[in-house]
Amino acid sequence: MKIDKDTLHKLAHLARLELREEDGPGMMKDLEEILTWVEQLNEIDTEGVEPITNMSFETNVFRSDEVKNQLPHDSALKNAPKKDEGFFRVPKFLD
Amino acid sequence: MGMQNRDQYEIVVGLEIHAQLATESKIYAADANLYGNEPNTNVSVITLAHPGTMPKLNKKVMEYAIKMGLACQSNITRLNIFCRKNYFYPDSPKGFQLTQDKTPICVGGKIDINTPTRGEIGIRLNRIHIEEDAGKSIHQANEKDTLIDLNRAGVPLIEIVTEPDIRSSEEAAAVVTEVRKIVRFLGICDGNMEEGSLRCDANVSIMPRGSDRFGNKVELKNMNSIRNVKNAIDHEVDRQIQLVESGEKIISETRTYNPNTGESQGMRTKEELNDYRYFPEPDLSPVEVKEEWLEQIRKDMPVLPAELKVKYMEEYQLPEYDASFLSETRAISDFFNELCQLTTNYKAASNWMMGPVKSWLNEQGADMATFPLTATRMAELISLINDGKVNFTIASQQLFKAMIAEPETSAEKLAKKLKLTVQKDSGFLEEVVDEILKSNPDKVKAYHNGKKNLIGMFMGELMKETKGKADPKTAKETILKKLEQHK
Repeated sequence: MKIDKDTLHKLAHLARLELREEDGPGMMKDLEEILTWVEQLNEIDTEGVEPITNMSFETNVFRSDEVKNQLPHDSALKNAPKKDEGFFRVPKFLD
Repeated sequence: MGMQNRDQYEIVVGLEIHAQLATESKIYAADANLYGNEPNTNVSVITLAHPGTMPKLNKKVMEYAIKMGLACQSNITRLNIFCRKNYFYPDSPKGFQLTQDKTPICVGGKIDINTPTRGEIGIRLNRIHIEEDAGKSIHQANEKDTLIDLNRAGVPLIEIVTEPDIRSSEEAAAVVTEVRKIVRFLGICDGNMEEGSLRCDANVSIMPRGSDRFGNKVELKNMNSIRNVKNAIDHEVDRQIQLVESGEKIISETRTYNPNTGESQGMRTKEELNDYRYFPEPDLSPVEVKEEWLEQIRKDMPVLPAELKVKYMEEYQLPEYDASFLSETRAISDFFNELCQLTTNYKAASNWMMGPVKSWLNEQGADMATFPLTATRMAELISLINDGKVNFTIASQQLFKAMIAEPETSAEKLAKKLKLTVQKDSGFLEEVVDEILKSNPDKVKAYHNGKKNLIGMFMGELMKETKGKADPKTAKETILKKLEQHK
C-alpha cells in the first residue's frame, strides 16, 4: 500500500506527533513496508467467518458494583510531570 | 429578523442525551462514582491508564442500560462488543473512549411526548449505547495551565440518540423532560442537569416548509437545563434563518451555547468527523444478553409513569390532571400506590397528595422521599374524614400538621387528644344552639316569617362556636329542632 505525504501528515496529526521534515521519506517507507506485510492477510478467504474481537472466547466477564482499589490521592498524582495539590496540570487548551 | 419568516421554515432536531448511571462504582474500574469529591480522589490505575491495566465491566451498567431500553421499547442487542473511539485529549488518559459502536445495547424504540400541535407522538430512538464519561478540564483565566480532574473519567454513561423527528424547541424540551422522568423512575440516573448527570446535545437544522431535504446540521452543546435546551434551539433556529435569508451558507459545526449571554459560539468545524478510527476493544470480552438475564431485569422493572397514568385514570377514575401529577416521580407514585392499597377513596387520596401533602413539601422545600408520614397514617386520616369523625378543614389545617410533628401516633388518637373530633353529641350541640338563637332573636323571627335561608347563617355561627368540629348533619337537625322550640 502506497503512503503519500498527505496521509503521513494526517496520521501524524491524529496521533499528535510532530514529524521533522527530514524524517518524512524514511517514515513513509517504513509505513509502506508494514502495511504491505499486513496486507498479506487479505489473501485469506474469510467469507462467512465471524470476526474475532477477543482472544479469550469468554463472554460476560463482569465485576460487581463495589468500590475498591482506589489510589490514594498522592499516589495518583505522583508520576505526573506537572501537578498541584489537587490537579494534574497540562498546557492550556481550549476548544 | 421578522418572526413571519419563521413560519416558512421547518425545524428539524435530533437529540443526543447523556445520562450518568447512578452506580456505586465506575464502568470499567472499581473507583467510586461520586460527584463533588476533592479532585483526583476517585481514581485508580485503570482510570489513569497506567501501563498494563485492563478494564473490567460493571455488570450493573449493563442492567441499567437494558432497563432504559425496555422502558423505551427498544430491541435489546444480544451480543455486545465494545469499541475504542480514538482521540487525544487530556481529560481521557487512555487516548480513547471505551464505547459501543456497531452493537449498541439498545436499538430503536421511542420516547412518547404530548405536543400542542401534533398531539401524542413517539419520537423514535436510533439507539442507546453504553460508554464512559471523560474527566473534567478546568480552564481558568488567571492560569496558564489547564487543570485536570479525573474523578469523572470512567463514570458510566448511556447515550440516548433520537432520530431527527423533533420539529420544535418545545418538543425537544418535552423529550428531555420525559427522558429525565423515565431515568428517575427507573432509578438509573438522578437526572440532575445542573450537576451534569443528564446532559443534552442537539443537532439542529432548518428546511423550507414542505421540503424533505434536511439542511446542514449544527450541533449544539453545553445545555445544562431544560430551559436552556429550548432557548439554545430557538436561538440557533433564528441564527440559521438569518443566514439563509441573507444568502449565506450554514456550516456544519459544533457550537456551544452560553446561557448567560443567550449567544452561541462555534467550537471547531467537523471536517475530520470520521477520524475516530473505531476498533473492537480487545481487553473486554463480549457481553451476551441471554433470555433468562433479560427476564430477570424485566421482572425488576417498576411500572412506568405512562402506564401508571393510564391506571390512575381508568382503574381509579381520576382526572388526567391528577394522574399526571401522581405519576410525576417514583416517590410520589410509590406512596400513592401504597395509599390506594389502604383506602378505596382514590379521589380523596389524590386530593390529599395534590393539596396538603404537596403544599407541605413546597413549604419545606422537601421531596416526597423525606415525607414524614407513612401511607398508613394518611389512610387513617382519610378514613377519619370518611367516617365523619373529623371534618376536612380541621383535618387539613390542624390534624395533618400535628401528625407530621408526631408521626408515630395514629390519626384518631391524635385527633382525640387535640379534641379535633366532630361533636356528634347533640346534648352539647343543643346548648350551643340555644345560646346562638337566644342572642339572635330578630334573626329567629325573620326565619319564622319565611327567610328560611337564614339556616345557613345559624350553621355558620354554630361552626364558629364549635371550631368546625360539629358534624354537619347532626348540627342542621339540631338547629331545625331548636328553631321550632324558639317560635
